[in-house]
Amino acid sequence: MKRSSLFVIQLLFTLLVCAFMLVPVVMSLLAGLTRNFFVGLSSGLTFDWLIQVWQAYSPTVWLSLQLALACAVCVCVIGVPAAYALVRMNNRFSRAFEELMVLPVAMPGLASALALLLTYGQFGSFRSSWLFILVGHVLFTLPFLVRPVMAVMQRQQLPLLEEASASLGAGPIKRFFSVVVPNCRAGILAGVLMVVTLSLGEFNLTWMLHTPMTKTLPVGLADSYASARLEIASAYTLIFLLMIVPLLIALQAISARLSRGERR
Amino acid sequence: MTAITIRLQGCRKAFADGTVAVHDLNLTVEGGETLAILGPSGCGKTTTLRLIAGLERPDVGQVFFGDQDVTRLPIERRDVGMVFQNYALFPNLDVAGNIVYGLKIRGVPAPERNKRCEELLELVGLQHHGRRSIHELSGGQRQRVALARALAPRPKVLLLDEPLAALDAQLRERLRSELDQLLRGLDITSVFVTHDQGEAMALGDRILVMEQGRVAQLASPREIYQQPANAFVAGFVGNLNAFTVLDRTAHGLRVCGGELPWHAVDLPGTVYCRPEHLRVMEDEGHLRGHLVAQFFQGAQSRLLVDVGGPQPLLVDSSDNQLHRVGAPITLAIAPHLLFTLNA
Repeated sequence: MKRSSLFVIQLLFTLLVCAFMLVPVVMSLLAGLTRNFFVGLSSGLTFDWLIQVWQAYSPTVWLSLQLALACAVCVCVIGVPAAYALVRMNNRFSRAFEELMVLPVAMPGLASALALLLTYGQFGSFRSSWLFILVGHVLFTLPFLVRPVMAVMQRQQLPLLEEASASLGAGPIKRFFSVVVPNCRAGILAGVLMVVTLSLGEFNLTWMLHTPMTKTLPVGLADSYASARLEIASAYTLIFLLMIVPLLIALQAISARLSRGERR
Repeated sequence: MTAITIRLQGCRKAFADGTVAVHDLNLTVEGGETLAILGPSGCGKTTTLRLIAGLERPDVGQVFFGDQDVTRLPIERRDVGMVFQNYALFPNLDVAGNIVYGLKIRGVPAPERNKRCEELLELVGLQHHGRRSIHELSGGQRQRVALARALAPRPKVLLLDEPLAALDAQLRERLRSELDQLLRGLDITSVFVTHDQGEAMALGDRILVMEQGRVAQLASPREIYQQPANAFVAGFVGNLNAFTVLDRTAHGLRVCGGELPWHAVDLPGTVYCRPEHLRVMEDEGHLRGHLVAQFFQGAQSRLLVDVGGPQPLLVDSSDNQLHRVGAPITLAIAPHLLFTLNA
C-alpha cells in the first residue's frame, strides 16, 4: 500500500512531539546511571549514584510510602461516606460542599499549607510529626477519591438496591457495608490509586509543612537538586519513577475495567 | 403459623410537591389472601404497597400487621419479603449470595443457610444455578431469583411490585401460573401491584381497583368484572359497550339500532354490556347494524358493529365465521347481562 506524503509528514510530526517529551525523561534516567554526566556516556555506566541516594535518602522513601498509605486509608474512611452522603442529599448545600471540597486543589499548595501552619503550627508535637503532613495530603487528595466514587454511586441503582437490602432486614449500617461499598469497589479502587499517586508526588504543601525530620521523597529530591551532584538528583528521580510507574499502570488498568463495566 | 392480617386504617400520603398519592385508605388484607392492587399509573397503587412495606410512612393513619401497630417500624423490622419491579438483585453477589443475603443479615449459621438456599433454588426451578452471576441470567430467571430471595427468610408478608411487567408476553403467562401455584402453596399473605387486569384476575383472591388515590372497588375478580362499582372500574377491567337509552318501550329500552330487553322498573340513562355477551344471530335479534371490521384473534374474533350510535359496538364472538365488511349483523343479548353503573 502506498502511503501519501501527508501520512509521512504526520508520522514525523508525531514522533518529534513524542521525542520532545520522552528525551528529557531518558536523559534524566541516563544521568542517574552515568559515571560522570559532564563527560558523557563514555565515562561508563554505574549504580553507584543509586546506592548513594539510597544511603542518604532512604528514610524519605519510606516516609513517602507511609504517608501515601495512611493518606489512602484516611481518604477512604472520610471520602466514601462523604460521597455517599453527597449523592444521597443532592441539594444546593451538598453541591456547594462538593465545590468547597475542591478548593484545596485549586488553591496554590503553599497557601493551604500556610493556613494550616497559622492555625495548628503552635501545637509543637503535632507540628513536628508526620501527621501534620498527612493532614495536608488528605485535604489535597480528598476530592480525587470523592469524585470517582460519587460518579459510580450515581450510575448504580443504589437507592433501589438499598431498598431491597432493607426489605431483607438490613439496617442502615449493614446496608452501607453490604450493598453500597461492594457496588462501588471499582470507583473506590480508582480513587485510592489516584490518591496514592498524588500523595507520593505532592511537593507544594509538603515543602511548607515538613521539618528536617519529616522529609518526603519529593522534598528530598528538591534538597538533592539544590545541594548535591546532578547525577545524585537524577538517580533519585529514577527511584521515584520505579515507585510511581507501576501505580500509574494499575490506575490505567482499573479505569479500563471501569469503562467496560459501564457498557455491561 | 397462621398467615397474618394486614390492616391500613385511614392512611393518607402526600408527596413533597403537595400531590396526594393516597387518600384516607382503609383496607384489610386477610391472612393468607393474595390481594391485587390494580390501577393505571399514578393511581397510588405503588404508594399503597410501599406504605404496607414500610418504605413510606403515612402522613396520617396507621398500619397494622395482625394486632401489632407497625406504622413507625422501618421496612427492615417489618419482616416482609419484597419483589421489586426491576428485581433489584445485588450485582456484586451470585445467585446463591442473593438468596442467602437476608439469612446472613439475620445471623443464620452457614449450614442452615445453604440448606435453605438449596430448598429455594428447587422451589423456583433453578437448581445448579447457585454459582451463576446475576448478569448471566435471563429476565425470567432473575424474576425467580428475586422471588427466592424475598422468600428465603420466611417473611410474614410477601409484597410484589409489578412482578411480571419486565418480561415478554409469553414468559409472563408461564410465570403467572407458576407464581399462582407458589402463592397458594405457601399460605402467606401477599399483596401485589399491577396495571395488567389479566394478571390481577388470574392471581388475586381479591382485587383492589384504585383511581386517583382512592379505592374504586375492592371485591373478588368475578364481582369486579360482572358487577363493577362504577364506569371507571368497568372500563379499566375489560371492554365495555354503552347504550344511551332513548325511550322506554313495552318490553324494554329503545336504543340506537334497536330495542334491548329490560324488565326492571327503573329507567336508566345508560346501560352497559361486555363485548362477549353480545351474540351474533342468524335472523331475529335485539339490535341491527352493519359490520365495520373484523379481527381474527385465534380462539375468538372481535367484530366492530355500527348500530348508529356514537361508537361502533365491540362484539367478541367465538364463532369464527367471516363476514363481509358492510354486511348486516343482528345482535342479541340476555337481559341479565345488561347492567347499569354509578357515574
